[in-house]
Amino acid sequence: MIEAHGLTKRYGERAAVTDLSFTVRPGVVTGFLGPNGAGKSTTMRMILGLDAPTSGSVTVNGKAYAAHRAPLHEVGAMLEARAIHTGRTAYNHLLAMAATTGIPRSRVDEVVDVVGLRQVARKRVGGFSLGMGQRLGIASALLGDPATLVLDEPVNGLDPEGILWIRTLLKDLAAEGRTVLLSSHLMSEMALTAEHLIVIGRGRLIADTSVEEFVTGAAGTSVRVRTDDADQLRRLLAGPDVSVASAERSVLEVTGLSSDRIGRIAADAGIALAELTPQQASLEEAFMELTRDAVEYQAPVREKEGQAA
Amino acid sequence: MTTTTIPVEPVAQAPAPAPRGHVTQIRVLYSEWIKLRTLRSTFFTLLTAMVALIGLGALFSEFTASHWASMPAGERAHFDPAQTSLRGYFLAQLAVGVLGVLMISGEYATGMIRSTLAAVPRRLPVLWAKSALFAAVVWVLTTASALVAFLLGQALMSSHHLGVSLGDPGVLRVVLGTGLYLTVVGLLGVAIGALIRNTAGGIAALFGLLLIIPVLGEALPSSWGNHVNQWLPSNAGQSLLTLHHEAHTLQPWTGFAVFCLYGVVALAGAAFLLKRRDA
Ligand SMILES: Nc1ncnc2c1ncn2[C@@H]1O[C@H](COP(=O)(O)OP(=O)(O)OP(=O)(O)O)[C@@H](O)[C@H]1O
Ligand SMILES: [Mg+2]
Repeated sequence: MIEAHGLTKRYGERAAVTDLSFTVRPGVVTGFLGPNGAGKSTTMRMILGLDAPTSGSVTVNGKAYAAHRAPLHEVGAMLEARAIHTGRTAYNHLLAMAATTGIPRSRVDEVVDVVGLRQVARKRVGGFSLGMGQRLGIASALLGDPATLVLDEPVNGLDPEGILWIRTLLKDLAAEGRTVLLSSHLMSEMALTAEHLIVIGRGRLIADTSVEEFVTGAAGTSVRVRTDDADQLRRLLAGPDVSVASAERSVLEVTGLSSDRIGRIAADAGIALAELTPQQASLEEAFMELTRDAVEYQAPVREKEGQAA
Repeated sequence: MTTTTIPVEPVAQAPAPAPRGHVTQIRVLYSEWIKLRTLRSTFFTLLTAMVALIGLGALFSEFTASHWASMPAGERAHFDPAQTSLRGYFLAQLAVGVLGVLMISGEYATGMIRSTLAAVPRRLPVLWAKSALFAAVVWVLTTASALVAFLLGQALMSSHHLGVSLGDPGVLRVVLGTGLYLTVVGLLGVAIGALIRNTAGGIAALFGLLLIIPVLGEALPSSWGNHVNQWLPSNAGQSLLTLHHEAHTLQPWTGFAVFCLYGVVALAGAAFLLKRRDA
């Protein structure tokens, strides 16, 4: 369980994270989403006590991360940009990490096998490919068999097989009752891996919701209608909050009315419908819609500056 | 009667317990030991320090011995046989200092520091472990090398009846002092590496402090310089390394204590900032 309360981080003038509050629950994979520079990595560093919040707080399993006596057993972390010395072999890196908390060599062997690095474990990390580096990062995170996992863009650089592997691994870990938080800007990937989503933009919370709700709740959900009486139906549907687009003569894309309403209006007018399909916004579209709002959120500030000038 | 289905909340259950251990200073020390011995740079740099200490000592001793006959009387009067065989310390301090800086700056350069501090979130045990470990390794190796350099050098000079023995007054102090001086140089390197967090900057700062500032001090008018210069870090530390006490230098152990004080202050500053700064 990770709980953030009013988490704020400034680097000089620049606010990286602003008043962020959320809870990451055990038992499900939680996706942490946001466009580049949204503040995901910064938030994760604050969770791990690497960066101190300017204000607010974040706890892991009820305590600040640094207050845990056995941190590697509480949280397994994989940070952005390999946080690993390039001059050391993968195995020695894990051995040194394990030693801080008395994890035996046998466990190091175990995690090396879990992530499939046995072949290259004795090679220096400097020569690793992006994907191998990611696997080593995941091995590091798993060392202490932690109750909570915090992974910054773990699928970045993995091949399709690797992506499938990590998806399954994370779901299994969550199913065992662990808390799993992973960041990404790949919406499509999150749809397959995560059950819950925390979306941020420009350092602010935009959404804290299940993947399902996120998609259905996103604006822009339209209904596709096919009928021979398209022109007549179009007139009937017209209203202040309704927009109707038409790509083909007999096809309407209706926004602002549910498929139920459209069906009833058509039936009342005796119009036969050949097709009536709610078009779910893809996760990608929903995401862009939401982050566009985040940009708009900033606009009033700029206006104020403009007035002052 | 209707039964309402309560949505099943995912239940947090403790995962299968791994061997659960707390982070202790001893464990961090062991971890740092693994880190130190698994980097090639450690071996190359320490080897350089040892070769410099022994090789240059032998070279100077041999050179002095063979030129003794043609040496002016003034130079003969200032001749310090113990220090001649240990001259290599000057080069050895470069190697030891660089490796000291790298102990921490190397982790910042690669990002490893984040893994390190995530594993030891209290942070200070890392600094203490790195300092203690590096000091111990440097002390053992350079003290042994200094002994070898001394014995070898004296053997080379004894053919001209110039040598001294470990039992002569002050000689043991100079020989052991070499290892002690280099150890503190290493500690200053560790502290400066933690303060500056950048390899090039750290090395520049360390050698600016140890090598450049004393040279600048020489340029001071002697009415000031004679008072100020003896308190500069390397001048203070090196007063342990001369057999005969020279004018305007501190007494050997006073000087070394002052040098240690610089090290302590630098480490305290490093500890303070390590706790406060973002990783
Ligand atoms: N150490 C730092 N010093 C100054 N600014 C920083 C620092 N770290 C992050 N920032 C700024 O804070 C903002 C958030 O950065 P962060 O790396 O957390 O974003 P992110 O969501 O992880 O982005 P990405 O998807 O590209 O990884 C950015 O504008 C970045 O420039
Ligand atoms: Mg990031």
